[in-house]
Amino acid sequence: MTAKIDTMSPIRAREPEAQNNVTPAPPPGETPFANSTIKLQAEHLNFYYGDFQALHGISLKVKEKQITALIGPSGCGKSTFLRTINRISETIRHTRVEGHIRLDGADILKMDVTSLRRRVGMVFQRPNPFPKSIFENVAYGVRVNGLDKKTPLAETVEKSLKRAALWEEVKDKLHDSALALSGGQQQRLCIARALAVDPEVLLLDEPCSALDPIATAKIEDLLFALKSQCTIVIVTHNMQQAARTADDTGFFLLGKLIEFDRTEVMFRKPSEKQTEDYITGRFG
Amino acid sequence: MKLSFRRKAVNAVMLTLTGACTFLVASVLLVILGYLAWNGLASLNLDFFTKLPVPAGETGGGMAHAILGSAKVLLAAMLIGVPIGFFAGVYLAEFGDGVFPGIIRYTTDLLNGVPSIVIGIFAYALIVLPMRHPSTLAGGIALGVMMIPISLRTTEEFLRAVPVSLREGAMALGAGKARTIFTVVIPAAKSGILSGLMLNLARVAGETAPLLFTAFGNQFWSPGWMLATATLPQVIYAYAISPYEDWRRQAWAAGFVLLVLVLSVNAVARFAIGRTTSRGRS
Amino acid sequence: MATTATSPSLPQRLRAGDPVAHTLTGMAASFILAITALLLYHLWTGSALPRAEFGWGFLTGSSWDPVAEKFGALPFIYGTVMTSLLALLIAVPVGLGCAIFLAELAPRGASDALTFTIELLAAVPSVIYGLLGIFLLVPILQTTVVPALVAVFGFLPIFQGPFQGVSVFSAGIILAIMIVPFIVSVSREILLAVPQDQREAALALGATSWETTWKVVVPYALTGIFGSVFLALARALGETMAVTMVIGNKPEVSSSLLAPGYSIAAVIANEWAETSSGAMHQQVLIELGLVLFALTVVINGVARLLILSMKGGKK
Repeated sequence: MTAKIDTMSPIRAREPEAQNNVTPAPPPGETPFANSTIKLQAEHLNFYYGDFQALHGISLKVKEKQITALIGPSGCGKSTFLRTINRISETIRHTRVEGHIRLDGADILKMDVTSLRRRVGMVFQRPNPFPKSIFENVAYGVRVNGLDKKTPLAETVEKSLKRAALWEEVKDKLHDSALALSGGQQQRLCIARALAVDPEVLLLDEPCSALDPIATAKIEDLLFALKSQCTIVIVTHNMQQAARTADDTGFFLLGKLIEFDRTEVMFRKPSEKQTEDYITGRFG
Repeated sequence: MKLSFRRKAVNAVMLTLTGACTFLVASVLLVILGYLAWNGLASLNLDFFTKLPVPAGETGGGMAHAILGSAKVLLAAMLIGVPIGFFAGVYLAEFGDGVFPGIIRYTTDLLNGVPSIVIGIFAYALIVLPMRHPSTLAGGIALGVMMIPISLRTTEEFLRAVPVSLREGAMALGAGKARTIFTVVIPAAKSGILSGLMLNLARVAGETAPLLFTAFGNQFWSPGWMLATATLPQVIYAYAISPYEDWRRQAWAAGFVLLVLVLSVNAVARFAIGRTTSRGRS
Repeated sequence: MATTATSPSLPQRLRAGDPVAHTLTGMAASFILAITALLLYHLWTGSALPRAEFGWGFLTGSSWDPVAEKFGALPFIYGTVMTSLLALLIAVPVGLGCAIFLAELAPRGASDALTFTIELLAAVPSVIYGLLGIFLLVPILQTTVVPALVAVFGFLPIFQGPFQGVSVFSAGIILAIMIVPFIVSVSREILLAVPQDQREAALALGATSWETTWKVVVPYALTGIFGSVFLALARALGETMAVTMVIGNKPEVSSSLLAPGYSIAAVIANEWAETSSGAMHQQVLIELGLVLFALTVVINGVARLLILSMKGGKK
């Protein structure tokens, strides 16, 4: 694949400048992080569905090649936030964004949306394989983006399926319908589909909520393996999952980011009362 | 106690009455099928499907020309009506907000309600008059215009039924709207749209009125697209009101063939739609 | 490196597909506007001669003499309206009974099978109804039904005179059989759209299933049911073949249903072949087509308003 992360020099070159832009005063609950590259940064992000404000001034930093988990009760805005990162939220009418999200320092709202989505992959809550063969599902993004004619498509598909730990299960039936797979397999197929274009960031919106515990464990193992290759942001309402997988965790409540910190800090010694209540299960 | 008995009795009586209505109506289908089979099957033989009609008053002959004529008229209708309806349906499903799409929806409803005989007048003025004679093509255009509204409606409906998650999946991979529609949404709605097409064809296959002055009728083969042609429904009509006993028998046979074709296409398509929608909901 | 080299042009190329798709599909949609406009144009310009000659009097004139070029539409309008009303009179109660049974009272399995059968019935081509009308229905009416009706209701003006088989009455009956499936399938869907909590509320108060249906569900769905009746009416008005085959094709206004009559669609179908283009006779037939078009547009419009107001107004 061409889009190897270590060769993205034109984008890298802009990073120091981007970090200079970062305002020094961190919002409440945010700890400044040292010694790691900031991949994604949200600044005072507001989001509206018509008149309803779903996100209130969200500011947070996602570190490169780490897993960042977003937790909170349903309707708290964590999914909405995730969906603004690749601007899939724009497909819903009467929505509005204020503030900035920067990817490697560049404002995503000013980017071409298709190239943004090639760099930022997404996996949805329910597995959504296309009604096509397994092969065509994985190849879809590659075909859409028309990437690199030097690597044969079959090779890319195989590599992506291996990265998603699905290859062994499907290698003999690549041309069967993807809809015949089990739920867990479908979700890993969707991950493979997202990985096929070598995204720099992978967004996962409650990827295990429709899966059984065994399939969930497989996906979590997969996330650890993928961490070395891309930056992962996962939305979950399962706190154990966040505690097991994430390096950093953010807690959302009623459209606000209440607290954002290292995962072990969040779960052992949260500084906010509301976070503690939620984590210890005292929350409605 | 007495009141409760009365209420129960009313309940039972109305259940019986409405049930009787339903069985009565449903049994009409059996009567139609049975009566056509009873009168038509005897006249069905190989000649019916392979021979031309014999001169009036003689017995024998067949309806090969009308069967072929119907097939050609339907093919032309499909090629004319379905693409327009399909693409317009894509438009309404995917870009269909605002005033202009609203006007299109209203116009489609209007066109759908136009009596078939009026469509016949229209196709006559549009094609037959400039060409100076009736033709397969004119019949095809008349039926094609009738296919447009249903084709549009089924396309729009089945496209709208495709889950948002599939569209988002494609867009999250960087696909543009057009690409998403043509590579993911339409393939996902394919079986529903195809079933809708079958229902649509079955509906116009039995149309007679718009063919009376467009395809007109013909006792012989009609090569090409520019000559008048016989069609099954038109021949059924002509033979049914004729004074010849043998022609009437052939009208029954043709009616039976037409009915079996139309009903089996309907049954298959409805079965397919039932399956796809129930799978979609689960 | 490949990505950076192609990225400026690639997204543009991909996005360029969106306006193209929008425009192309939009053109297909505009085509429908064009066809409908063309249809209206042809009906209007094609009937210029009689509109200038007879004016509004065309609608009320009752003589029909193509040789003398005297034309009045009244017998056809009368026949069309009478057959359609007779059809509604029979089809509405029966169809509503069916719809209620299928949507509310019948067990699920039986309901599905019967609904399927009735939907197939709606697909039977009208020429086949005509065929059965001539050879099955008319003889039955002649030998049993009409003598019985005359014996009981013979004093009524609508059952006067001899019955020759083909008549307004026969056409009304065959139309009734044809529109019942439409009333059933539209009304059934409207009944099924009534929210479940309405039924549960009534049932929880101890109402029987019939009482729930008749006092709660049907009143709730009433506007929509009227809509389905109007839809069926529009279909009946425009129906050609079956009516042509059994109505008798005689341009007269008779108070008796047993007398032969004529309908708008039938006269167009029958006399078109005798006319030549541009001649008064053909233009009169086109004007009749215009009248039929206007009638169905109005009635379909009313139907849609009723159905929409039920679906939208009671959310």
